[in-house]
Amino acid sequence: MTKILAVDDSASMRQMVTFTLKSAGFDVTEASDGVEALKAAQSKAFDVVISDVNMPNMDGLTLVKKLRALGNYKFIPILMLTTESSGDKKQAGRAAGATGWIVKPFNPDQLLATVKKVIS
Amino acid sequence: MTTDIMQIIQDQEVQQIESDLVGQETGSQYLSFVVGDEEFSVSILKVQEIRAWEEPTYLPNSPAYVKGVLNLRGTIVPVMDLRKRFHFKQYRYDTTTVIIILKNQYEDKDCLMGCVVDGVSDVFNLDESTICDVPEYGCDIDSDFTSGIMTVDDHAVTLLNLDNLLNLDLIDHPYSGTGARNV
Amino acid sequence: MEIDLSQFHQVFFEESFEGLDVMEQELLNLEEDSDLENVNTIFRAAHSIKGGSATFNFKDVADFTHVMETLLDEMREGSRPVTREIIDLLLKSVDCLRGMLNKIQDDEPVGEAHCELINSFNLLLSGEAIVETEVNTAAEQAVETQPIAADTTEDLHHYWNIQFIPQSHILETGNEPVRMFRELKGMGVLESTVDVSKVPDFDELVPESCFLSWRLRLDADTEYDTIKEVFEWVEDECELTIDNAEEPEVKKQDVKKQEVEKQGPITESEISVDTVISDKEVTAVETDDIEVSGAEKTTGDSSSDKMESTNAIVSISGAVSNKTSDVAKEKSQKLATETQNSSQAKVKSTAVNEEKKNQKKATSTASIRVGIDKVDTLIDLVGELVITQSMLSELGDNFTMAKLNQLVSGLSELEQNTRELQESVMRIRMLPIGFVFNRLPRMVRDLSSQLGKKVHLAIKGESTELDKTVMEQIGDPLTHLVRNALDHGLESTEQRIAAGKSEEGTVTLNAFHQGGNIVIEVSDNGGGIDPDVIYDKAVEKGMIQQGEELVKEQILGLIMEPGFSTAAVVSDVSGRGVGMDVVKRNINNLGGSVEIESNLGKGTTFTIRLPLTLAILDGQLIRVANEVYVLPLVSIIESIPLSMVEISKIAGDMKVYKLHNEYVPIIDLREEFVIQRGGGANSEGLLAIVEGENRKIALKIDDLMGQQQVVIKSLDSHYKSIQGVSGATILGDGRVSLILDIVGLAKRAAIRANHRREKVA
Repeated sequence: MTKILAVDDSASMRQMVTFTLKSAGFDVTEASDGVEALKAAQSKAFDVVISDVNMPNMDGLTLVKKLRALGNYKFIPILMLTTESSGDKKQAGRAAGATGWIVKPFNPDQLLATVKKVIS
Repeated sequence: MTTDIMQIIQDQEVQQIESDLVGQETGSQYLSFVVGDEEFSVSILKVQEIRAWEEPTYLPNSPAYVKGVLNLRGTIVPVMDLRKRFHFKQYRYDTTTVIIILKNQYEDKDCLMGCVVDGVSDVFNLDESTICDVPEYGCDIDSDFTSGIMTVDDHAVTLLNLDNLLNLDLIDHPYSGTGARNV
Repeated sequence: MEIDLSQFHQVFFEESFEGLDVMEQELLNLEEDSDLENVNTIFRAAHSIKGGSATFNFKDVADFTHVMETLLDEMREGSRPVTREIIDLLLKSVDCLRGMLNKIQDDEPVGEAHCELINSFNLLLSGEAIVETEVNTAAEQAVETQPIAADTTEDLHHYWNIQFIPQSHILETGNEPVRMFRELKGMGVLESTVDVSKVPDFDELVPESCFLSWRLRLDADTEYDTIKEVFEWVEDECELTIDNAEEPEVKKQDVKKQEVEKQGPITESEISVDTVISDKEVTAVETDDIEVSGAEKTTGDSSSDKMESTNAIVSISGAVSNKTSDVAKEKSQKLATETQNSSQAKVKSTAVNEEKKNQKKATSTASIRVGIDKVDTLIDLVGELVITQSMLSELGDNFTMAKLNQLVSGLSELEQNTRELQESVMRIRMLPIGFVFNRLPRMVRDLSSQLGKKVHLAIKGESTELDKTVMEQIGDPLTHLVRNALDHGLESTEQRIAAGKSEEGTVTLNAFHQGGNIVIEVSDNGGGIDPDVIYDKAVEKGMIQQGEELVKEQILGLIMEPGFSTAAVVSDVSGRGVGMDVVKRNINNLGGSVEIESNLGKGTTFTIRLPLTLAILDGQLIRVANEVYVLPLVSIIESIPLSMVEISKIAGDMKVYKLHNEYVPIIDLREEFVIQRGGGANSEGLLAIVEGENRKIALKIDDLMGQQQVVIKSLDSHYKSIQGVSGATILGDGRVSLILDIVGLAKRAAIRANHRREKVA
């Protein structure tokens, strides 16, 4: 089963993402900020990481950088959940090593479509 | 005895639900019980449970018919003695004496009250349209507490008016505040 | 997939309200010390609310938070200085958002209140910024409508040449070219040529890098932008050219023919295209939905299947748009009705949703957030309890007297477990008092500017925990006390300067645990209360007699008595008194007390003492005749055997006991409660001197029994409250025991004494 790590400091968004992905048959683990996510990523091998950008303690971009620095997260798809659709914000995400982004607001179908796009 | 009746009540409740579903049987179920020499009844839907007699904890300054409060699985429930409420002279507490826990709406919430009676007698089915009015001078007890006369197996059974009987505002308890609060 | 988003609404509301509280607090902090981290925290909170509200379709909230966020973004980037005006505006917005969310939660329209604020934001954001926002929104809208536009435009190219030369590190962002090709394949027929010329010799090959490039030819009904979107995530990591190629006429006709021959079963993908093109009445959103579901199905199919159905799409749409194929026309009609049906179904499901929502609302109950550590402790304790229980039941299975010691120690372990469990469960209800304190800075800010006083609010001990129920009820009295301290306690700036004090007054809130109580202090360094003025006013009000001797503490206590607080008094006296009797009553109702300490010229301190919890009481069991009652342990001053007591009688047969310099009225509980069973008066017995609300009474009882913690149950959940009885509890043997209320008993005695006095007179 595809293992997904969902990171968001907002409980409602996290629940929505988790519920959607679980309903689609994915194995989902939740984390509420970058620090928690990094800890989770080190204890379990995830196939996909979906992370919010603006979070306390450790933001999404730092998380991506740190994940990419870990050997086994070098190539896996990491998707950013972002409300920012402007070019330089996206560039920052790319520079940090994010695979792509899902622009908020999104509905469960859009989320699933994007996730399915990146899993092989 | 008590357990038998409870079993009957439960069975009847099931039947009630079933008949409600099928819509065949008419009428409602009632529980009848003995107080003094008379037989009274209440709708079975108002009966929470029946317990053997036990001495409740006395409430300060209570009128004689309020026997006190008892512990119903953690809930504090008041108990009144119907024989005293109806001013019957004779009463005793023995093995057939039971407390019927009745529930009724009071200010939009369910309120429980235990009622001491001399014994439960039967559970029966009766068409509501056959219930007659209580004759104006035909009854010993306060007419506020009765709401009709039923004929069951050729004898009369008085249907009680729980809205009045269990109304906390009608219980004159010195030093008491307003009735059951909204929890 | 059908996912009911409303299931997440409650969580969204909860976190948004929390976010707003955080914003408010940080905004107030910002005023004193503008730290970038504060702004960041505020930004994040606004950002989360915006994201959530957009996702859950609360458009007004999303729009409003969007402009707030824009301003906050400028602030955190440092391009906009933090000013008092901005903080004011943001604080107002926080209030407004709170109101909007409350209304949404209650299913009420949000109204227009926020529009004015949005305008203020736009004004602040200056002309240029406004344009930018508009462009942004327009761009967002464009993105939203894009898929529909793509489908309905006539101008669709069928053949595309794509050159894709990724940079070598592309794989390191998790982007796999194969995935993108797969996506392109989903649009139509894809032919690809791989260029391997850049691949180095084997010994120089870095397996993590990508040295390939591709030349692709896509045969699909798509727009330029749709193809570009596939490469959206990598557009800076590759060279990409997309050109539309001329479509060979012959091939197109071929496909058409193939389609006519293949009038087989209608696949889902066909439906989607048909609907889009033919049924113009169907609203854009619905079309979009159907399109998505169709597309999803396609992706799920095996590749050969996919190719076929995609072909079908191409040709049918072509046919319909040309309006040449009768078959297609017929089909589109049929589909139009189908779509109608489905939209009806949608309406139905909305209705059902609404119903569900209402049900949910009716059943929604207050929730409490509990730290995971508290839950873990509980689980541990329950684990221990289970072990003890199984040990005891094993012991009971084949018990012999030889095992008596084991039984005794087992039982004491059980007792220990139970007590710990009880304490831990109680702790779940404990919350830091910061929850109440935190709403005060805002009030102080608003009130101080309203009064024109400079006020500093100092908060200490905000992590002190107390019961949730107590907390909910202490908020108002506390607010009242702080308000009074500001309004009447602190002098005006001029007065302070004249008195040689610092210009800025200080109100201090402090909380700490002391014994089984929580103590909350509200103090100010203002002018203090003059006892002489209070005394005179109380005489004027007829509350005391001129010449009556009162200690300072008693005089100050008068301001909390009913009757003292009237408007006239407030304007004359240095101030306190507005509803102070209500404050005192509320606190007393919680089983607590208030004390006042004041030094003229230096300030005033109100000290509130509250029980930590309302659910449990340390009780002293007493016996009167055959009845067992519970006295709150804290209320007992002393107990004296009757034989050692000298009882006096005063006016009208009232029995009193002289304790030090006070006459304490004696209440014989047997008489007072009309207890008939268990024999008549007892000359043995005891006098228990108890105190409540500074009033002492002596209770005549038969015996003191054990002390134990009792769980308080209300008497009036199924009956009525009785004066002199504060509740009931269930003792170890399962019997109900009543808890006595000292204040109530004292009042009863006072009323009766008055009656007697009247009789005598």
